[in-house]
Amino acid sequence: MTYDFLQHYWCFLVSLLGALLVFLLFVQGANSMVRSLGYTDEGRRLIINSTGRKWEFTFTTLVTFGGAFFASFPLFYSTSFGGAYWLWMIILFTFVVQAVSYEFQNKLGNFLGPKTFQMCLVVNGLLGPLLLGGAVATFFEGSNFIVAKENLVDTGAITPVISQWTNASHGLDALLNPWVLVFGLAVMFLARVLGILYIINNVNDEDIRSRASVRLIGAAVPFVVLFVAYLVHLLLKDGYAYDDTGIISIVPYKYLDNFLTLWPLTILLLIGVVLVLFAIGKTIVSKDYIGGIWPAGIGVVLVVLPLLLMSAWNGTAYYPSTADLQSSLTIANSCSSEFTLRTMFYVSLIIPFVLAYIVYAWWAIDQKKLDKQEIADDHAY
Amino acid sequence: MNDLLLNIDAGSINWARAQFALTAIYHWLFVPLTLGLAVIMGICETIWYRKRDVFWRNTAQFWQKLFGINFAMGVATGIILEFEFGTNWSNYSWFVGDIFGAPLAVEGIVAFFMESTFVAVMFFGWKKVSPGFHLASTWLTGLGATISAWWILVANAWMQYPVGCEFNPDTMRNEMVSFFDVALSPFAIDKFCHTVISAWIIGAIFVVAVSCWYLMQKRETKLAIESIKIGTIVGLIASLGAAMTGHKSAQSVAEVQPMKLAAMEALYNGGTDIGLTAVAWVNPFVQPDYLSEESAPLKIEMPYALSFMATNDIHGYVPGINDILNGYTKPDGTREPSADEKIARGKQAITALAAYRKAKSEGADENILNAQLSTIKENMPYFGYGYVKDKADLVPYVPVNFWAFRIMVGLGCIFILYFAVLLLMTVRIPWLSAIVRRLLAIVCILPETESDDRCTIATLPKWHYWVPIILVPLAYIASESGWLVAEFGRQPWTIQDMLPTWVGVSDVDGFSVALTFILFLILFTTMLAVEINIMLKQIKKGPKS
Repeated sequence: MTYDFLQHYWCFLVSLLGALLVFLLFVQGANSMVRSLGYTDEGRRLIINSTGRKWEFTFTTLVTFGGAFFASFPLFYSTSFGGAYWLWMIILFTFVVQAVSYEFQNKLGNFLGPKTFQMCLVVNGLLGPLLLGGAVATFFEGSNFIVAKENLVDTGAITPVISQWTNASHGLDALLNPWVLVFGLAVMFLARVLGILYIINNVNDEDIRSRASVRLIGAAVPFVVLFVAYLVHLLLKDGYAYDDTGIISIVPYKYLDNFLTLWPLTILLLIGVVLVLFAIGKTIVSKDYIGGIWPAGIGVVLVVLPLLLMSAWNGTAYYPSTADLQSSLTIANSCSSEFTLRTMFYVSLIIPFVLAYIVYAWWAIDQKKLDKQEIADDHAY
Repeated sequence: MNDLLLNIDAGSINWARAQFALTAIYHWLFVPLTLGLAVIMGICETIWYRKRDVFWRNTAQFWQKLFGINFAMGVATGIILEFEFGTNWSNYSWFVGDIFGAPLAVEGIVAFFMESTFVAVMFFGWKKVSPGFHLASTWLTGLGATISAWWILVANAWMQYPVGCEFNPDTMRNEMVSFFDVALSPFAIDKFCHTVISAWIIGAIFVVAVSCWYLMQKRETKLAIESIKIGTIVGLIASLGAAMTGHKSAQSVAEVQPMKLAAMEALYNGGTDIGLTAVAWVNPFVQPDYLSEESAPLKIEMPYALSFMATNDIHGYVPGINDILNGYTKPDGTREPSADEKIARGKQAITALAAYRKAKSEGADENILNAQLSTIKENMPYFGYGYVKDKADLVPYVPVNFWAFRIMVGLGCIFILYFAVLLLMTVRIPWLSAIVRRLLAIVCILPETESDDRCTIATLPKWHYWVPIILVPLAYIASESGWLVAEFGRQPWTIQDMLPTWVGVSDVDGFSVALTFILFLILFTTMLAVEINIMLKQIKKGPKS
């Protein structure tokens, strides 16, 4: 295993976690529509109990995504989290309130009332995917930062901090970029599409299923429009490339070049798109079809994984700096040492085992679909 | 180099520290109960699995319900901690991310997924999976939480005692050279054992307290008595274990963080045959004048005990704060440099590093580069001292360390005594119980009874039941005090001798960090209030409903 291979391998794993995270945002998507999909108190409880059996997966994947990024590309962790402070903090806030909302909302003694925590779920459902999508969009659109390792020893430096944002927005400036918003909104509507498909599959209630089918069109249309718009923009935009010496330069149509050069990934992406469209279309057309979440989920992973890899593989700077070209982060200049990446490679070999027990536990819990009778149980949220 | 310090926004550093302390303290309010309850509910469910007595299933479900309320808060506060390393400590994240990131990633892959997968089965799978699978899920939830504790404590231990790494001047960071040295550091093992075992004490006291409340209310008697038995056994084992691992932990501190030990003991001037301070007057609000005072006033000590605790030898040498600042000769004859020497050598390392990088960028001769590399390597153990402006900054805040240590140890002794007495009252060892009950009756702790059978935990006067209820907040205070000692005693270092706190921060203005601190404070406090209220209502509701 060469150092170069390990860098690509860890980029793949982090991207895979990112792709799985986007799929698992169905929890947020469904929660964002808890009031409209649920309609009645009982209906809302069904939605919340349905996503409540899965929210830990989303949460854990987010945390592991962060941990894996830290271990494999610490300069990104240092630069992005320390620089885009407010962007990440708002994301974290929404996930913190989400984590307690399930357990607290319907419990005796909740003096804030169930609506407070349901509102927290809605806020997380809207802002979580939007801002996470926005943060991912900066992988293509860039951010205003400078990396200067010499600061650690340069007495003339303003501060000894090596990664600095060049403006005082602490990451919120990203949301002023319309393309970041387009991507963020695309992820938000995708989460809603997935949320609807999941609820149709997981909740055995005709009222909710019929309402969900109607709302699927309203979520799918903006998602498709926004996603296609961003994809076209991506194919036409310049990208940051690095050469063997690590020098970074702007290359016209860099991402189009990546799509052509990394053609197997492009094929995967197209298969993913087809699967997502198939799931949406069949669910809309067929009233009896409730399995849309599976082709859509696999499709989303097949779309997001190649998309994230396009941002980093083929000599591409995955975290471009719009303030200083040479500060842009690549998988070569921001990664951990060869020893650490190799050690973590061996640790990562247990991931298939982890995935296997997750799939088994998921299957065991979901064998029987959630219904009104089950939420009368004392263990329900 | 010292100029750097003048340019850093002090507000940002202090707020960043305050924010991390806040989130860590809140997080640690919930984790110990998770770890402790996991053991007790696991035992209850195991008994149900073996006996198939519905009482034990209900008992397990009841404790699992309380576990769930607490668990959510632990998860919510935990996510902030991980990301704060990046948001508030970005220099740190780069400088040691090559080592520090690995335990966090392993924690996510190995522990968090185990916890999150099986906790769902535990809560919602009673009617959906087989009893065996459910029992396994319950234990795996607890195991996941414990493995998570392992990896985060490995990371924390590495900050106290950095091993298995080397500085790379080309990448300007420390890099891992031995994963096993990091993952199996003796400091990490001591820390893990002490921390997790002390967490079981909280679980045990909580269970006993809730059970005693039921006895006071004369309801759920069977659940209460059986839970007290389990809680007592777990509590006694854990409190004895915490004492033993605490001793081992203190020896590790004496070996690798002598300044922390000196601060814990308010030991200004060390020597041989040093006694352990039982109590002394250390003003909680003022850093003592350790330079001119011989020792803390009104000191009552146990002769030779500190020497023994630190070195396993009653005549062992223990350095005090002034010895560490001025340099001293170790028992093995080697000399520990003074703070001034360390600062000078740290500056040498940083200057050589700057020169090396400049020379390399200019394509300098190999010999010049090697000479600079040699200077860097020679002085690297003191690298962090190069950022220190005043050697007084090297002394942690003594009052917090001194009092927090005493609170932790004092309360720990009370827990051992309490669980020992409780064990004799709940577990049948007739002859021993009779003797101890007679003794306790003589000193008026237990009532005189006609026969042993009448004096059970269920028939005690009401005030006895208040004891564990009062011990619950004290157990939390003891637990948090342990963390105060561990973290305050490490100051001024983010990583011992390697990186002071003020060099590890992010480039975020003080106002932003202060604002997020206040938001977290409001959010966590509100959530804590809701949680306590829900917990109390759930306890009041009981297991039957």
